Amino acid sequence: MKKTHIIILIFIAIAIAALVSFMGSLSTYETIASARQKEGKSVTLYVNVDHSQVIDYDPAKDPNYFAFHVTDTLGNKTKVVCNFEKPYDFDKAEAVTLKGKMEGDIFRISGRDGILLKCPSKYKDDPNMAKKNLSQN
Amino acid sequence: MDYFGEHLLPGKIGHFFVTLSFAASFVATIAYYKSASAKNIEDGNAWKKLARAAFAIDCFSVFSIFAVVYYIISHHYFEYNYAWEHSNRTLPGQYLLACIWEAQEGSFLLWTIWQCALGLVLMFKAKKWEAPVMTVISFGQLCLATMILGIYISNAKIGINPFLLVRQMPAFSDAPIFNQANYLSIPQMQDGQGFNALLQNYWVVIHPPVLFLGFAATIVPFAYAFAGLWKKDFGAWTKPALPWTLFAACVLGTGVMMGAAWAYEALSFGGFWAWDPVENASLVPWLVLVAALHTQVVYNSTGHSLRATYFFVIMSFVLVLYATFLTRSGILGDSSVHAFVDSGMNLQLILFIVVFLAPAFYLFIKNYKKIPHIEKEESAYSREFWMFIGSLVLFLSSLFVITATSLPVINKIFNTNWSVGADNTFAYNRVEIFIAIILGLLTAFTQYLKYKDTNRKTFLKKMALPTLIATVLSLLVSIFGGIHYNKYGPGFQTAIHLALFGAFYAVVANAGYIWTGMNGKIKAAGASVAHVGFGLMLVGILLSTSKKELLSYNTTGINLPFDPKDADKNPLENITLLKGIKTDMGKYWATYTGEDSTNASGNISYYHVVLNEKKTDKRFDLYPDLIRNTKGMAGVSQNPDKHHYWDRDIYSYINYASNLEKGSDTTQFKYHLLSGKDTIFYSNGYMTLHKTVKNPNNEKYHFIDADTAVMADIEIVSRDSMRYTAKPLLYIKNNELKTIPDTVFAQDLVVIFKGIKNNSPEIGIKESSALTPFVSLKVYEFPYINILWIGTIIMIAGFAMSIFRRSKRQAAA
Repeated sequence: MKKTHIIILIFIAIAIAALVSFMGSLSTYETIASARQKEGKSVTLYVNVDHSQVIDYDPAKDPNYFAFHVTDTLGNKTKVVCNFEKPYDFDKAEAVTLKGKMEGDIFRISGRDGILLKCPSKYKDDPNMAKKNLSQN
Repeated sequence: MDYFGEHLLPGKIGHFFVTLSFAASFVATIAYYKSASAKNIEDGNAWKKLARAAFAIDCFSVFSIFAVVYYIISHHYFEYNYAWEHSNRTLPGQYLLACIWEAQEGSFLLWTIWQCALGLVLMFKAKKWEAPVMTVISFGQLCLATMILGIYISNAKIGINPFLLVRQMPAFSDAPIFNQANYLSIPQMQDGQGFNALLQNYWVVIHPPVLFLGFAATIVPFAYAFAGLWKKDFGAWTKPALPWTLFAACVLGTGVMMGAAWAYEALSFGGFWAWDPVENASLVPWLVLVAALHTQVVYNSTGHSLRATYFFVIMSFVLVLYATFLTRSGILGDSSVHAFVDSGMNLQLILFIVVFLAPAFYLFIKNYKKIPHIEKEESAYSREFWMFIGSLVLFLSSLFVITATSLPVINKIFNTNWSVGADNTFAYNRVEIFIAIILGLLTAFTQYLKYKDTNRKTFLKKMALPTLIATVLSLLVSIFGGIHYNKYGPGFQTAIHLALFGAFYAVVANAGYIWTGMNGKIKAAGASVAHVGFGLMLVGILLSTSKKELLSYNTTGINLPFDPKDADKNPLENITLLKGIKTDMGKYWATYTGEDSTNASGNISYYHVVLNEKKTDKRFDLYPDLIRNTKGMAGVSQNPDKHHYWDRDIYSYINYASNLEKGSDTTQFKYHLLSGKDTIFYSNGYMTLHKTVKNPNNEKYHFIDADTAVMADIEIVSRDSMRYTAKPLLYIKNNELKTIPDTVFAQDLVVIFKGIKNNSPEIGIKESSALTPFVSLKVYEFPYINILWIGTIIMIAGFAMSIFRRSKRQAAA
C-alpha cells in the first residue's frame, strides 16, 4: 500500500470522526411542544413572534434583558428570554429562527447568534412589502 | 390604456440587447464547438471567425444592457421597476452604480460582464486552446444570458428581465394606481424605494465587483481542464492555465477578504467572520481552487497529481455554481442573515449546476484511466508529496464547511430537521482549528523540500533556524501574550496555542526561505510571499479572535450587579450611558455627550461617546452611528465606529438609543400661573419665578430690542437641595405665538412658557421618567486585527507576483 493511500485513509477516518462529532453537536428543528419534551437540550425553533403580547425591552432599566412571546405553526406558545439587546428590526419581524433551551416555562437564548431575523437585504426582493408601499396613498 | 410620461425606448433597447446576447452567445457556443471539433484547419478557422464575431457581439450586447440599466437608474425613470425598487433621487453618484448589484439580475449582469472581459483576453491569448476553451466560456455566457431573459415557458420562469416596468410586475399588476393614465405623477411613483441604507458604504462599490470577477475567473481553469478531457490532450493545458488558476484564486480570495473587512467595518456582526452560510459559500470554492493550484504546480514540475488537479479544478467551478444556488434560491432563509429570497428560479439555478457538472464528470470518469499518472510513488522527502497532502487537507476542510452549510439542503432532500446549534461559530472553529494547525506546519516546511527527493541533512539543517525562531516566538506569545481563552475548555485552548505555533512557523520559515532557499531573489518568491501572508492571516485570526475582549460589561450597578460566575447565562454585554454622565466601564470611563446628524437627508445619527482610559487618562472619541432605513422593513441599522491603535481596535456600536422612539413620551404638561413669589411643586422639589426678561440677549438666546420675546428665569430647588435654573422662552414670529421649552435633565423636567394670563406667566411643567437621553452601547477590543489585514495584503501581493512571473514565462514558452 502506498503512503498516499495510508494518509488518505487516515484523513478519511479523521473526516468521519469530525463529521460524527459535528453531527452529534447539531441541534434539531423542533416545535414548541417537542422542545418542552427535551428540556435543557439546545434546540432550534422556527416560530412567529406574537405581537399581541408585550415585547419587553427597557434599556433604561436593563439593556441586557429582552423578552417576548412566540407561537409555532401548531399554535403552541412560549415566552422567550434573552440576555442581550433587542435586535433593531425585531418590532417588525414575523418569523424568526431561535436557538436556545427550554427552561421550565421559558425558552432561554444565551447567545446573540440565537436570534436570526431576516436581514434588510432579504426584504428588498419581497414583493409584498413593496406592494404595500405602492398601495398606500 | 396609454400612459403619460413613460420612457419606453430604453427598455426596448435593453430588451433587444438581452435577446441579442442570448442569440449571440448561442451562436458563439455552436461555432466554437464546430471549430474545436473540425477535422481540417480551414474549417476550424472559418468556424472560429464566426465564433469570434458572435462572441464580440455578445460582449457588446452585455455592455449595452449594463449601460441601459445605468441610464435608466441615473435618469430616475421610476416607471422601470429596477430604478423604482433599487434607487431614488437622493442617491449619491457612486451608489447609482452600486445599486445595480443590489438585486439578483444586476449581480448576474456583473458576472457576465466579467466573463466577457475574460473571454476577450482568452480570444487573444489562448492560441491553440482558444476554440475548446471558448466553447465552454461561450456556453457559460449562454447560461448567464438566460438568467436575465425573463420569459415564461408554460409556467416555468426563465430569468428575471431587468427592464420590466413597475406596472408589468406580476405583484403589482392589480394595483389600483395603474388604472390611471397619469400614474407617474402620483407621489409614490415620483421617487424610488432607494438603496438599502445599511449597504451604503464604500465597500458595496468595490466588494461585489471583485468577488464576481473571482467567481467569473474560476470558469477559465475549468474550461482548460474540460478542453483537456474533451480534446484528449490530457496534460498539456496545465501550464497555460496556471496563470489563470492563480488569477482566479487571487481575485476570489481578495473578494472574500473584502467581504470580511466590510462585515468588520460596517455591518456590526461583531467581527470579520461569522461562518454565515453566505460567507462559507464563497470561501469553499476558494479553498478548493487553492488545492487545485498546488496540485497543478506539482504536475507541471513532476508529472504527479494530474488526476487530482482535474478533480479540484472541476470542483472549484461546480462549487461556485452551487454557492450561486445556495445564496439565491432562498433555501438558506432560516440559517443565513444575508441570502436572497426565493425568486422562483430554483430549477434554473439547479440546471445551471448540472449542465457543467454532468459533462465534466462524465468525461473525467470516462477518461480517468487514460489521464497520465506516475506509477512510482512520491518520496516522503519530496515537495510534491506534502503539497498533495496539503491540497487534500484544504479539500477536506472545504468539504466539512460546505456540508455544514448545506444542512438546509440536506434537510430538504432527506426530510430531516438538523441545524447548527446555538453556538454557530464554535461548531466550525473546533474543526477548523486543527486544519489551521496542519496547514501552518505544511506551509512552513514544504518549500524547504525539493521536488523528487531531498537530502535529509541539508533539509534538517535549513529547517533548524526557522524552527527555533518560530518556537521561541510562539512560546513568548503563548506565555506572555495573555491568551486566556478557555471558554471551550483546555483542549481547545491547547489547539489554539498549537495553531499559533503553526502560524508563526509558516511566517518565519517562508520569510527565511526567500533568503536561504532562493538567495533573496524576491522576484521569484511569489509563492513564499503569499505563504508569509497566509501565515500572518492565521496569526491575526488566532490572536484577534482568542483575545477579543468585551469592554462594555455592565458593571455599573445602575441596574443589576454583574456576576462573573453567571457571565455565561447573563453576559450583560451592553452598558447604559446616560447623557453627560461619566460611567465606569472597566478599564475606561465612558461618557455619552450627544448626537449629531450630518448627512443631507438627516437619517444618520452619530452618537458621540468619549472614552477615558483610567490608567493613562488618555481620551478618545467614538462616533458609532444609527441609520434610519429608507427602505423595506428594516427600521434602524447600526454602524460601528472604531478607534485604531497600532496593535488593537476599540470597536463600538449602539444597540439602543432613547431618542429613536419619538412620540413614545405620553406624559402631559401641567400648567400653573406663576406670579410674584408663587411656588410650584413637582414630585422632587419646587420652583419659583426669579424674573422675566424681555428680549433676552445671553449665551442661549440673541434678541434685539425690536423683537417680541419674553424669557422666564425660573429657579428650581430639588429635594436634595440642588439648585437648577430653567429658561423657557415665549416669542412672536409672523404673528404667531411660539415657545421654546427648556429641559432640566438632572431632574427629568421640561419647563414650557405657555403664555401670559392676567399679567402672570403661565408655566407648564412635565415630568418624564424617560427624559434623560441615553444609549446602550457595546464595546469590544480587537487586538492585532491589523495583522490579519496586513497578511491579506501580503498574500495578494504574493499571488500577483506569481501571476506576473508565470504569465511572462508562459509568453516566452
